[in-house]
Amino acid sequence: MLLLVGAIPIRDLPLLLGRISLSEQGVMVDGRALEIDRGTAAMITVVCTICQEFGLENPTALVAGDLGTRQGSMKIYDCLAENLSELDVSVLTFHYIMPDIEKNKKVLEKIDSLKKRPVLIADAGSMYVAKAGGDATRYDVFTPDLGETAYLADEKAPHPTYTRGFIFHLENDVPELIRRAYDSKNAARTLFVKGEVDYICQDGEILEKISEPDIEALEAIGGTGDLITGMISGLIYAGKSPIEACRIAGKANRRAGELSQPTPATQVKDIIKHIPAALREVLEQEG
Amino acid sequence: MTWFKKGKKKDDSPKSEAVIRGLLIFADTSTVMHAEQILKEESYDIRVVSPPPQYRTGCDLCLEFPMVDAPEISKMLKEIGLAPIDVLPLSGNGMKPLQLYKTKDFGQYLMVRAANMKITVDKTTRRIVNISGGGCPDIPYLAHEMVGKLLSEAPEPSVIGFSVCAYSLNMAYEELKKLIGGE
Repeated sequence: MLLLVGAIPIRDLPLLLGRISLSEQGVMVDGRALEIDRGTAAMITVVCTICQEFGLENPTALVAGDLGTRQGSMKIYDCLAENLSELDVSVLTFHYIMPDIEKNKKVLEKIDSLKKRPVLIADAGSMYVAKAGGDATRYDVFTPDLGETAYLADEKAPHPTYTRGFIFHLENDVPELIRRAYDSKNAARTLFVKGEVDYICQDGEILEKISEPDIEALEAIGGTGDLITGMISGLIYAGKSPIEACRIAGKANRRAGELSQPTPATQVKDIIKHIPAALREVLEQEG
Repeated sequence: MTWFKKGKKKDDSPKSEAVIRGLLIFADTSTVMHAEQILKEESYDIRVVSPPPQYRTGCDLCLEFPMVDAPEISKMLKEIGLAPIDVLPLSGNGMKPLQLYKTKDFGQYLMVRAANMKITVDKTTRRIVNISGGGCPDIPYLAHEMVGKLLSEAPEPSVIGFSVCAYSLNMAYEELKKLIGGE
């Protein structure tokens, strides 16, 4: 099972654990529509697109409403810690959530107790809490942008907002940020660093860089990182290695962006609709 | 808004170096942002810092302040329903939020970034066209509430946000208003 976990910014949305479907209303989990198509919901939409392309059944989601007041996020942590052993999860993607170091550690303890350890992918608040708790190396894939990579590189910062100035200025030297993140054990085994140039790294080494097509406007568009996390999750579930998944996702994301002819005012939903065509092109090129 | 007309000013004299400082710990980040705004309006010498490790969940802010003002500040915050859950003497330096900004001019559009948060506006209409970055669940909510609105009419992240990401977004939003004028 591919399990996608994250909070949804809808007031009073209850904890939902169930199969995902796509409808005209957008993403549905356990028969309930997630009206907001940003953040975790955007990531989920893209994973479903990937699963459809590979003829896989739709993934399962664990979501709860949370506008930042923590209650929904706490329900998610508790549900995972209590129920993971009953779910046959092979790939587990953690996304938007209010960080809670202690509760996240309980989830990781539960994962350690499973007979078969799932591939762990984290982005957004789930990546922040992993690093803040000193647990980054327990994950398989992180997908930080440049600001988040600076946070991973700063061994003292408890959140990206506290990244120290001299590290913030290192963003012109991304390989140095990556080195610092790995050296301080604040990186997952595989990193996909999103930026003007995307860096694919494993075990401290930069294996590949993606810079074409160069679509400058994508940097301003909220949610493009969510699309990459979703594509990587779906591709790993479809049998690709983390490095292959990062390479295909990075290229497909840029191509989908190009197909949408974006401006800085373009919304992420206008890019999502180009992902199937972009993915097919990239898969064909990859052979 | 001014709550009390005390006109208390920062003491810049050399003796203020020796003032013992403390930390106000609040139940949530939203309360910190609200209290910060009010205490600044009252001219208290405060600053936002990260709380000590025992109070950290991974998404936290607290306020550093002069301990000599503890009784006044505690009383005032209690009266307006923003009472801290704890008041501690400062031991060690809390980390300060990054106060650096990066801007990118796309011609018609201007993007401002603070830490991990980006906000982009159409310079001709002053309409917010995108919000990007962040990891806490209030960020997609803030984007939903702010994108498409004029800078002058959009709700402020410090008012409807709850997280440290919302705090960074608020810094980017304030900087953007300074750069192009949002009123």
